[in-house]
Amino acid sequence: MIRALRSHARAALVAILLSVGVGTAVPVMAQQTLPSTTAAQDGFVPVSPEDMGQEHLPATPLVFAAYATVWVALLLYVLTLWRRLGRVERELADVSAKLEARRR
Amino acid sequence: MRLTDRLVPLLLLIAAVMFAAAPYVIDTAPYESTMGLVQRIFYFHFPSAMTMMLTAIVCGIASALYLARRKPIDDRVAVAAAELAVVFGVIVLITGPLWARKAWGVWWVWDARITSTFVMWMVFNAYLLLRRFGGPGSEVLSAAVGFFGMMLVPFVYWSVNFWRTLHPKTSVVPTLPVDMGIPLYFCWAAFTILYVALLIVRVRLEASRSALEEAYLALED
Amino acid sequence: MIRVLADAWLIARKDLRVESRSRELAATTLFFAVACVLVFSFAFVQEGRAVENAAAGILWITIAFSGTLALGRTFERERQGETLRALLLAPVERASVYLGKLAGLLLLLGAIEIVLLPMVALLFDAPISRAPWLLAALLAFGTLGFAAVGTLFAAMLVRAQSRDVLLPVVLYPITVPVIIGGVQGTAAIFGTEPNLPVAEAWLSMLIFFDAVFVTLALWTFAPVMTD
Repeated sequence: MIRALRSHARAALVAILLSVGVGTAVPVMAQQTLPSTTAAQDGFVPVSPEDMGQEHLPATPLVFAAYATVWVALLLYVLTLWRRLGRVERELADVSAKLEARRR
Repeated sequence: MRLTDRLVPLLLLIAAVMFAAAPYVIDTAPYESTMGLVQRIFYFHFPSAMTMMLTAIVCGIASALYLARRKPIDDRVAVAAAELAVVFGVIVLITGPLWARKAWGVWWVWDARITSTFVMWMVFNAYLLLRRFGGPGSEVLSAAVGFFGMMLVPFVYWSVNFWRTLHPKTSVVPTLPVDMGIPLYFCWAAFTILYVALLIVRVRLEASRSALEEAYLALED
Repeated sequence: MIRVLADAWLIARKDLRVESRSRELAATTLFFAVACVLVFSFAFVQEGRAVENAAAGILWITIAFSGTLALGRTFERERQGETLRALLLAPVERASVYLGKLAGLLLLLGAIEIVLLPMVALLFDAPISRAPWLLAALLAFGTLGFAAVGTLFAAMLVRAQSRDVLLPVVLYPITVPVIIGGVQGTAAIFGTEPNLPVAEAWLSMLIFFDAVFVTLALWTFAPVMTD
């Protein structure tokens, strides 16, 4: 009974703190003025290729680097995973064989 | 184990095919008006970020379960998920700045979401370091770290709408036009499928390691 | 619940008594905090004036660093005296042990902050009298959040290897929301154009964080310490 009371008290305390926190936060957040948006913060607006102007910093190498990063990172991880798994399973086979030999 | 034996290669194959097809699918999307070509990075950056968040939650839940009932499978899933969080975190933290360099002019900006992702990544690095260097009994300790890490995620996701930030807000993805949405969800699916496959393999690695330890112990008897 | 709090107070009083006899922690941590502020000021003071918002950042980083040291030292003392096992074997709830250590740490950090705040205000010309209650609340709830997570992890790591370096490695990422909230809230008060509603919003985030993480720490302390 004591334990149940304790957990109820704890739950009540959490609830009170949470409601104080939320109660203070909500009106404040409503008041806050948002910064003027830059670079498609709220939504992405599509455009056709002809409407695009000149670009100062070439984007292509960056895009390539990004895709390359993804591929390389994932491939490297898969490879290390494969190697680790292979090593452990080989050892396991070895040790199991020794155990089997001992049992006979 | 039988099911995962057949499932993993299939998932890996599907994921590989989807990843190979991804550039073509992405090409069907229109360019974004203010960011142009570099916004293409979004199609890999966003799914990586979401996968990292997913795996953070998986790690957290597994850690909580391990703390509660101490079953080995919970610990194995937690370790696997933590490692994958670090991997996908690396992808997010590299593709992000590459995109930012063009879109915002700087490699790094200390806004809430970027900072929070960096923090989450550090939490899971801490998890792995604790496992590696904490000595015996570190499974329980790292489970506590994983659990707390997961509870940090809501603060992370919520802070972007509260702190001044340059980062595209959470309202971007739901309001995406369809021809941008399809490549995005395609890539997202590819990442998720790959994630599931990797998680299963990594858990199996942990299980094999435990079996190996037990075998060594049996050998010593 | 009363029993838990009473036992926690007993444990805290024990710590305070040990501390009052040696005054080791208070003296060393305080000196470290002052040294921290000094070192940071070399980084953030240019042409004789502090960089804007430096005061808030320096204050909170110093609290974080001093707190980490104090945490490590408190539990190291327990470990050396082998009193941690005694505490865990004692017929008190695990929650009491946690709350007791937490209370002791909060008192120590509070004492340090009382000295630190005027010092930072003096050195960096920070207007601490602008919104004193708000500032005090930010410090109180921020320190609580940091200490709550810190006490749990410091206790957990007592028997681990590499515990000295692992405590900050584990603690700092998890307490980042506290640092952000604390610094941003304090900066909102100290800034040239003070923004009190923003400071209040950060305060409510800190309260929310504290509610969540104190509860989590209470839940986690028992399963983690049963070994």
